[in-house]
Amino acid sequence: MASLAATFGRGAMTNGWTDVANADVVLVMGGNPAENHPVGFRFVMEAKRKRKAKIVCVDPRFTRTAAVSDCYVPIRSGTDIAFLGGIIHYSLSKGLYQANYVRQHTNASFLINEGFGFDNGHFSGWDEAKKSYDKSTWQYELDANGHAKVDPTLEHPRSVFQLMKKHYSRYTPEKVAEICGCTAEEFTKAAAIICTAAAEDKSGTVLYALGWTQHSFAVQLIHTAAMVQLLMGNIGMPGGGVNAQRGHANIQGATDMGTWNTLPGYLKIPRTNMASLDDYLKANTPKALRPNSLNYWGNTPKFMTSLLKGYYGDNATKENGFGYQWIPKAGETENYGWGYMFERMLEGKIDGLISFGMNPVANGPNTTKMLAALSKLKWMIVAENFETETSAFWNAKKLAEKYYPATGDPSTIQTEVFLLPASCFAEKDGTFVNSSRWLQWKDAALDPPGDAKRDQEIIGQLFTRVRKLYEKEGGKAAEPLMNMQWNYATPLSPSLIEVAREVNGRDLTTGKQLNGFGELKDDGTTLCGNWIYSGSWTEAGNNMARRGQDDPTGLGLYPNYSWSWPANRRILYNRASSDADGKPWDETRAPLRYRNARWVGDTPDYKADAKPDAYGSFIMLPEGVAKFFAADLAEGPFPEHYEPVESPVENALHSSVNANPMAKIFHAPMDKLGTSKDFPYVGITYRLTEHFHYWTKNTKGSSELQTNFFVEIPDGLAKEKSIKNGDPVRISTARGHVDGPALVTKRFRGLQVGGKTVYQVGVPIHWGFVGRVKGPLINNLTASVYDPNSGTPEYKGFLVNLEKI
Amino acid sequence: MQTVAKLIDTSLCIGCKACEVACQEWNDQEFTLGTFGGTYQTKPELEHNFWNLIKFNEYETAGQLSWLMMKYQCMHCQDAGCMKACPAPGAIVRLDNGTVDFNHDNCIGCGYCITGCPFDVPRLSPTTKKVYKCTLCSDRTAVGLEPACIKTCPTNCLTFGTRTDLLRKAEDRAVELQADGSTHAGVYNPQGVGGTNVIYVLKDASNPESYGLPKDPTIPWTVSLWKGPVKLLGSVIFLGGILGTFFHYIRFGPKLKEEHRDD
Repeated sequence: MASLAATFGRGAMTNGWTDVANADVVLVMGGNPAENHPVGFRFVMEAKRKRKAKIVCVDPRFTRTAAVSDCYVPIRSGTDIAFLGGIIHYSLSKGLYQANYVRQHTNASFLINEGFGFDNGHFSGWDEAKKSYDKSTWQYELDANGHAKVDPTLEHPRSVFQLMKKHYSRYTPEKVAEICGCTAEEFTKAAAIICTAAAEDKSGTVLYALGWTQHSFAVQLIHTAAMVQLLMGNIGMPGGGVNAQRGHANIQGATDMGTWNTLPGYLKIPRTNMASLDDYLKANTPKALRPNSLNYWGNTPKFMTSLLKGYYGDNATKENGFGYQWIPKAGETENYGWGYMFERMLEGKIDGLISFGMNPVANGPNTTKMLAALSKLKWMIVAENFETETSAFWNAKKLAEKYYPATGDPSTIQTEVFLLPASCFAEKDGTFVNSSRWLQWKDAALDPPGDAKRDQEIIGQLFTRVRKLYEKEGGKAAEPLMNMQWNYATPLSPSLIEVAREVNGRDLTTGKQLNGFGELKDDGTTLCGNWIYSGSWTEAGNNMARRGQDDPTGLGLYPNYSWSWPANRRILYNRASSDADGKPWDETRAPLRYRNARWVGDTPDYKADAKPDAYGSFIMLPEGVAKFFAADLAEGPFPEHYEPVESPVENALHSSVNANPMAKIFHAPMDKLGTSKDFPYVGITYRLTEHFHYWTKNTKGSSELQTNFFVEIPDGLAKEKSIKNGDPVRISTARGHVDGPALVTKRFRGLQVGGKTVYQVGVPIHWGFVGRVKGPLINNLTASVYDPNSGTPEYKGFLVNLEKI
Repeated sequence: MQTVAKLIDTSLCIGCKACEVACQEWNDQEFTLGTFGGTYQTKPELEHNFWNLIKFNEYETAGQLSWLMMKYQCMHCQDAGCMKACPAPGAIVRLDNGTVDFNHDNCIGCGYCITGCPFDVPRLSPTTKKVYKCTLCSDRTAVGLEPACIKTCPTNCLTFGTRTDLLRKAEDRAVELQADGSTHAGVYNPQGVGGTNVIYVLKDASNPESYGLPKDPTIPWTVSLWKGPVKLLGSVIFLGGILGTFFHYIRFGPKLKEEHRDD
């Protein structure tokens, strides 16, 4: 998500599930939608049937998606940037890109400062002592007005286009084969199919999931895919886009509503160097980098002020900076992502944890570390449907001693654990925001059983009781809590209808619901809980509950089905679906048309009445166009192939800089890393279609469909090790091990990399030490190694050993 | 009433097993835990309480690996081996819509239908001592609903309709697949059992075994014999018995205190 925001302006799937049916080419890579999104996959099959779409599947394993693809290419886990970099090279060297699109809708023509370069694994500005980059050479060359200089011919040697061409000239098919382990022929066959989408009247989509996000260079990887899609002219097009398939029913909603480093609607979290609201707004309101940039984030003051009014109500006034001072501030460069949080916990710096819909013992890398960290807490609240590995962490030694012999005895663990029975999804109302950015309202189907409570009641009770305690006894930092607006009809269990109306926002002068974020003001007269959701519950009612199935464009946009952020727009960046004059690239597939001085069709991602040439088509970026060159990313403006932190081979492009120099690696005593001498194989983790995360091991149906954990092993390796199907085996890493029966398969091929055969072995997630069916937690194996931009752990591509036991 | 059928387009199956769950749920089957069988398949084969199984076959030819996934269940044969083999009147019936259904009140648990089935479908329950298999959701089709597996299939790999329509649709789809490069694509509707009410589109119809389907299924000769000449013979013997009884009655008169029962 961090990558898509940097490249296009918003961190979300660009198109939507129903739109995949419009594709001519479907590149599935870093995801396995046939298994993990089988319902959404119907649209892939529809594209295949109705449009004769070609499916290209690139994956270390021959998956159920590969089984229905037209072209399957195996690659070594973690070599995706090399593969996609190869596609960029193939496209540019053969002239297979949509030239007019690239010229009009991207920053290909922008000039970069003198001194920018890349040499032997590092971009310019690398400081070896500090292990960090000075990004000054990565910036655009600006004119006197502060606008980027451009060369529309794309021929200037310092234009992004020429720099990109140079950077990827090393990614020849032979080099791709050498790094990825496929053959050059397999690569070029896939490249040729992918590049058919360069034609103006062809669209290709990219479907990805955690196979891309779980690497130490994940954000760069997704940026590479975005670059491919920009070259093909596929962004903003029906059947195009870079489509992140979210792994939970509401994970898009969770991201939209804020993470440790964003407030709702992707507003950045305040930091200690932004003492006042003015400081904050100055630091976070971008300036346009081109004269024709609409630069919608220029409205940040309206979004932020309205959010503060939502938080603090009447207590937020112009005089007190709308209560900005009450929001907790992170240190200027401090990180509170997952890895950092558990590191701090392990160091004893965190007293308590509230774990809601989250199972850190199962989810987090290096389970032993997770267990040790939780045992340093004073208290932990777990709100769940079932007992989880997290709520039972204190008993891990007894429940799974084989794996955690060194874990403390329960009598030595001081953490006080509260397991609150929470309702499950069918027992609560509210919304799910799916991958397509649709907010779908649902009603509760039944009441929670026994003492279980709905989330809003658990939170309402906690909030009200803690506030009462503060009222009575006072305490540290009481203001944020005391000034919070909590004026719900039932404070102990707020109605989600009230909350949803507040999230949409209202005009405080008229008391009316807002129609959309265009009505937000920065003077404190509007209130809005999340600006991107504004429009979801207007005076017309709850738009999220709509189920209209009409499809006026015939493109499967269904504008009256639920409500899609932003502004009920179904295809993001849809202005880019036509040329400079507003003429659609493909007349048969135009989400927008410019008619009678207005844009009609989908909600325009553009000013609805502006002329085609008035603004750039990527309104959320200061550039006004999409970015091949993205200086916002930590490890370089162009993605470069780096090996996983634990890799079986040297980086074939620059052996002196093997892994991502900016990857975040933790070094607590239990954070060990292994080498290929002891751990010669590549391990990957994945989900199965039969289960959902760590929950369905508690349900009857899923437990029957896939009762047992297993270890998937290539038949070549099994032969070498005399392992037969079903034999018990052990997979171990420098961190820990898991045991299970072998599933020997041809679907995992040994790959020729750096002159040797590299074998990969796979373990499905889903099991643990509590539940109806049990098995090992595969995160016993994984390392505390993180992407520097997103803070996501490297769950794919780590070194393992395999033994028969 | 027209014969109804199920069309399974294997080229669209992604092995998601939604049909397995739908079958278990709708038919109120007990969920059991499985043992690891070394594949992705839920069970090695169908069970008395598991009537719908996706078979996963890894198949390699000329260095080209395929992972063939295919839903397996009762084929509802036009000429059904199970019916032929069944000695218990009314235990296996053909419904008006062509479905081959079991009536467990009449089942005597002899297992002859298991021998009679060329697809190895019916299974004997060790507890009830009766035989079970897919009913084509006869309790749903009776009220105009499609079978549960079809209702749930996310990729439209499964279709329900009249046999005539679906056969045509299957042929069309096979032609489509041939045009897309699967030169051996075809329809599986084996004539050895008079055709089936479960029709498959296979990307390689020349090799149904690669999917786990018999190439030329026929009713075992023992069963054909049992319901053919032997049945005739049996009828002769049976009739002989009745005639014998009749003459015995004529000769010796009724047995005292015997209760007369209707068949």
